[in-house]
Amino acid sequence: MRFELTTDQRDFMTSLDRLIAAADPIAVNRAWGEGDTAPGLALWKQLAAIGVPSLLEDASPVELVAAFEVLGRHVVPGPWIESAAFLATALSGTARAAVIAGAVATVAVPLALDADVADVVYRAPEWGADGRSDAPTGASGLKIRASVDPSRRLFEVEAAETVGLSDLDRARDLASLAAAAELLGAGERVLSDAVEYVKQRTQFGRQIGSYQAIKHQLADVRIALDFARPLIHGAAVDPSPRAVSAAKVQAGEAARLAARVGLQVHGAIGYTAEYDLSRWLLRIRALDSAWGSRSAHRSRLLALLTAPEHP
Amino acid sequence: MNLDLSPEEQRFRDEARAWLAEHVPVEPLPSMDTAEGFAAHQEWERRLAEARWSVVSWPAEFGGRDASLIEWVTFEEEYYRAGAPGRVSQNGIFLLAPIIFDHGTADQQRRWLPSMATGETIWAQAWSEPEAGSDLASLRSTATRTDGGWLLNGQKTWSSRASYAHMGFGLFRSDPDEQRHRGLTYFCFPLDAPGVTVRPIAQLDGEPGFAELFFDDVFVPDADVLGAPGDGWRVAMSTAGNERGLSLRSPGRFCAAADRLIDLYRDAPDPALAHDVVDAWVRAEAYRLYTWNTVTTLADGGDVGANGSVNKVWWSELDVALHETALDLLGPASELESAWTDGYLFSLSGPIYAGTNEIQRNIIAERILGLPREMRG
Repeated sequence: MRFELTTDQRDFMTSLDRLIAAADPIAVNRAWGEGDTAPGLALWKQLAAIGVPSLLEDASPVELVAAFEVLGRHVVPGPWIESAAFLATALSGTARAAVIAGAVATVAVPLALDADVADVVYRAPEWGADGRSDAPTGASGLKIRASVDPSRRLFEVEAAETVGLSDLDRARDLASLAAAAELLGAGERVLSDAVEYVKQRTQFGRQIGSYQAIKHQLADVRIALDFARPLIHGAAVDPSPRAVSAAKVQAGEAARLAARVGLQVHGAIGYTAEYDLSRWLLRIRALDSAWGSRSAHRSRLLALLTAPEHP
Repeated sequence: MNLDLSPEEQRFRDEARAWLAEHVPVEPLPSMDTAEGFAAHQEWERRLAEARWSVVSWPAEFGGRDASLIEWVTFEEEYYRAGAPGRVSQNGIFLLAPIIFDHGTADQQRRWLPSMATGETIWAQAWSEPEAGSDLASLRSTATRTDGGWLLNGQKTWSSRASYAHMGFGLFRSDPDEQRHRGLTYFCFPLDAPGVTVRPIAQLDGEPGFAELFFDDVFVPDADVLGAPGDGWRVAMSTAGNERGLSLRSPGRFCAAADRLIDLYRDAPDPALAHDVVDAWVRAEAYRLYTWNTVTTLADGGDVGANGSVNKVWWSELDVALHETALDLLGPASELESAWTDGYLFSLSGPIYAGTNEIQRNIIAERILGLPREMRG
């Protein structure tokens, strides 16, 4: 029994954090949303070089969630969940080798994130179905669909040749888990920025962070995030459908609360597009529904828990 | 990172599970806050102690098994899964005993711990006063020096278990010239000592689960002072940390209740409540895993610190939500007295005792998030 990240895993998070922070990730995120994907693709190469796409091959889901928490903290753009979690699990053979080696790959579920910059675009069956799928490797016939988060560029794609995808259920679960970890990282960042803001913002002659109405809201965010992390780590140790759904539900709840409170304590400045808080608020809203909404995961969890075989 | 029990820990768990399966009363015991129920719970404690399950984490010489923290949490999971009775000795074995181990003399340990382990002596806490609730440091009850000891005067209230318990423990102001946290001393005293008056107070469920205590020149010998005179606040705060943190509310209790909630839903599903049912289970599971993380931190020599406040808000609000959901599922029948109504009424005290959740949120904001301290009068 040892339910805590190891020193190596923490060190990995720290080095990943430093690498991303040095790349000015907010500028990368904004540029990506405006269609300038070059800085984001350069960051992709850097992250690929230190092994982020191959974590499930070379490490474990624990390192995967550790990495995605850091990606969420910095609103890194790009189809990371799709490549490093979903396709790294679902594909096999040379297709999988390419993804693990750092190819930018995405998957239509049914919309495909960042399909215009992807080296390869796959199509997965609808959630809940199984079996094989099509993959339009040419990425032709793309039609962009605007996301609430401009740094998530979603596309309709047309199917091309068929490629076998294996282990779809596990792939989806690892993608949901990566999304949960990214939500946790985004929520942590919003909380941290909100705490700094309420310490320096003064009204009525006092720091607004000295008011109990502010303190208690931020304390509730701290609590919600603190209880999301063990569910995510627990699901990383054993990525069962039950554990993954619980993690995605609580991560969504915690990040959503962080976003709401973070905006509220910032006041009007937080509502502007220019202020960086906006990047996390929009990312959280999008990720909360991506790879299974809270509602979808609650439904699945209830079915699993009330199934006759549950002890 | 793993959640695996060692073969030795699994053996411990299996032994606990087997014993509980054989010995847990089939019929629930009457409320421990009635005379009959108090006696029945004391008898249950005696049986637990005979098999050395009453205080598993204590040293063997005081009736324990020297169980590790992992084993203790495992035992608690098994205990509540088996539907075993609530612990009438809880305030003593979980709140006071850690203080006696840390601050008590060898003589105090020998005199107090063995009868606490068997449930023969039940201990009640005496913290709050009519004018000192959340602001405990404003307490006014006094201790005055006398030959060979101290004379206690004043009033304590909301003293859990005091209606039937044998001994009490709490803080008194021993130095009238000192303010707030200074000049307080930690005393242990018999509740039938001359000068102590116990006035039971009926709780929401109608039973006298707590009491007011009146002190009129109650003599306490020096030998019954816990820690150094004047050092009571520091000594007591280690109890408060225990109460908020790991020891009072092990996850087993909530996980077992969440599983029973799932059973309830399976038998009579109500899709309108599906969301609440799932969330109760998720929150209990989060609490279970959070606890294993805390256990790891403590095993590494770390400190829970202000995270005890995070913990306390979570379990107390989870407990209310879980029981409210169960009652919602039961529909019109939910008002009929049942284990769920008992659990619901009990859960309502959680956000209040052991430091209200408002105080906990202040602690989280100030000590964890580093926000400016509240103005204090």
